[in-house]
Amino acid sequence: MKFRTFIWFVGPSLFLMALFIALPLYSVLVGSFYNTYDVREMVEEETCTAGFLAQTCTTTMVSRPVFGEDGRVQTVTEFVGWTSYARVLEPARAWEAVRALDYRALMQINFWAALRFTLMFTLVTLPLVICMGLAIALAVNNAAKSIRGPIIFVSLLPFIITPVIGSLSIYWLFVGDGILTRGIEAWLQRDIAMFAQAWTIELLMLFYRVWHVAPFAFVIFYAGLQTVNQDTLESAIIDGASRWDRLRYVIVPHLMPLIVFIALIHLMDAYRVFEEIVGFRAQAHVISLQWLTYDLLSPDDAGNRAYSRANASAMLTMVGIVILLIPLLRRTWRDHKGSSH
Amino acid sequence: MSDIPRAMRQPLGLKLGSAAFLAFWCLLAAFPIFWIAVMSFKSPVDAFAANPLDVIFGPVTRDRGDGLSALDIGLGVTVLYLTIKLALGWLPRRIADWSPHGYQWAGWIIGATGYALGFLILFFGLLPALLGVLNSILGPLGTPLIGLTTVHYESVWIGREFYENFLNSLLVTGGVVTISLTVGTLAGYGLARSGSNIAFWILIVALVFRALPHSVLVAGYLPVFITSAEWLRPILGENAPTLYGQPLAVIAVLVSINQPFTIWMLRSFFQNIPNELDEAARVDGCTHFQAFRWVIMPVMWPGVITTGLFSFLLAYNDFLVTSLLLDATNQTMVPAIAGYFNRETTTTDQVEAVAAAVSITAPLFLLVMVFQRQIVSGLTAGAVKG
Repeated sequence: MKFRTFIWFVGPSLFLMALFIALPLYSVLVGSFYNTYDVREMVEEETCTAGFLAQTCTTTMVSRPVFGEDGRVQTVTEFVGWTSYARVLEPARAWEAVRALDYRALMQINFWAALRFTLMFTLVTLPLVICMGLAIALAVNNAAKSIRGPIIFVSLLPFIITPVIGSLSIYWLFVGDGILTRGIEAWLQRDIAMFAQAWTIELLMLFYRVWHVAPFAFVIFYAGLQTVNQDTLESAIIDGASRWDRLRYVIVPHLMPLIVFIALIHLMDAYRVFEEIVGFRAQAHVISLQWLTYDLLSPDDAGNRAYSRANASAMLTMVGIVILLIPLLRRTWRDHKGSSH
Repeated sequence: MSDIPRAMRQPLGLKLGSAAFLAFWCLLAAFPIFWIAVMSFKSPVDAFAANPLDVIFGPVTRDRGDGLSALDIGLGVTVLYLTIKLALGWLPRRIADWSPHGYQWAGWIIGATGYALGFLILFFGLLPALLGVLNSILGPLGTPLIGLTTVHYESVWIGREFYENFLNSLLVTGGVVTISLTVGTLAGYGLARSGSNIAFWILIVALVFRALPHSVLVAGYLPVFITSAEWLRPILGENAPTLYGQPLAVIAVLVSINQPFTIWMLRSFFQNIPNELDEAARVDGCTHFQAFRWVIMPVMWPGVITTGLFSFLLAYNDFLVTSLLLDATNQTMVPAIAGYFNRETTTTDQVEAVAAAVSITAPLFLLVMVFQRQIVSGLTAGAVKG
């Protein structure tokens, strides 16, 4: 295909990606070094209240926004360097906490708490999702052909459901008077509150994510299992391999590229953990990196959005995902160079 | 069983264990969804009852006079069964007969819409009216057995105007699917047929974009969208729109966020179509674009439908982008449900939120039923072929 025709085909897509992905990234990067705020001035204001004989007057200095000629609040944007990053990272406080080996104090800082949860969440769910998906795929492969269709249908439900709704559906099972809370209470003979402390919420979030993503891993592994070479399996049997050996030395190596693929997709998606926090209403106890940016972007009580801090936290989130992706990108690059020679 | 070699046969314990695990997984997968569906039809006392049987049978709901009698259940199940049977057998034949050649897809759209409307009118309009009369005549057969009420759905959809959110969702998802498929098929084809270095780099950059957390991008859009009336004025004059709160702007954003994934998936589908097909068309004098339009696209429909499904899911399920870029007046369904959290003070509010959640899930349930095969093929497309 000639370059010109190629550009005609790819152009619209490239244009959209440049306009709505690359440009915003650039503006976030630049924006994280600037701060925009309202121009305020200090005005001397005299307030008088009626009093006997003479009014009681007090003069106070009041700060109020300056209005421009068009009747709007004037704003200035100035270069602030790394200040926004410092306000997100709070390095002084964090360093003090680290030096004093005070874990609790470090977790008081939103960013570090969010980072800890996001990384823990990503790394803990990864092996669980792969094992669960593989187990379901092996079990379905073992089942009678006639019931495989319905099982796949049921298995797809957790995957297809809107993440916020999926986490809500689990929230409603475990909420104060939810059916499973009642059941556990009757069993343990004591009151429990699943959403009153961080660790139970985190446990439910891990459970939800495995429930939500395992079907994806299952479908891919199941497709992979159909292509396992039967001859290799049979020769493994002749060589005296036990059932476990066959799984360990024939099936898993065959599925290895798929395991890498799922791990990759899962790393990207789990790093973006966000909907669980909305669904479980966990923000008072547990937050994630993406939720931190979301929170800074949402208007606060006064209707202001903390753009510069949001930009800084967004950039820091992005640095994290790039670090996660580097090994993969290096591998793809090596493959590409290898194939072109 | 005898044709399986003896060494491959499994001991009974393993078979039972595997079956038990599978049963456990199915229960785990379906239970939360099944349970919120049951809860949404009960009065609050039943929905949050301590005894699971009370939640299923809903005695309080039944005592209030809202319930299904044996006759209701029998007739309802019959009608549902006939609907599904006709939809699978009679409807496709009718559509094939009636639609003019080459416009089968239009026939399907009209046929499916008409069929769905007919079912809704019959099931929710005529049937309850008929059963109301029959139940009062029949006595014991007509007394309610299972408590069931649709009052929460009514108050959500009509009282709280959830239908407006539904229409917004329809607009956003429809727009996203159409545009991202149009743009994506072109790009996917170009990338699949070009072995150049640029194509490789585009794909790698797309992969990096695919990994970006959406909040990073929204942080870039939000200030620009809110002040867009000011900076667009020099270009568009006085009518410059504020992009914040515009469904069209959200469509453009979601299409772009979705592009990396779409082009990767469509590219892998296009690569499955042999190159000889294009070459044959080119020999016959087609340009690249004509070959794409008249030769490749007709055999690409399965891939396009699959990719469309995933675009639909992304737009339909999105919470982050729509909740930040749309204001309260034109929210889509998923962020709108977050508005219920603040009001969720009484158990009635909770059950209404459950009903809204089930309303959001129902279309997805239908989607899996109809398109299970395509979803599975889409999931495996990228992975199995590498």
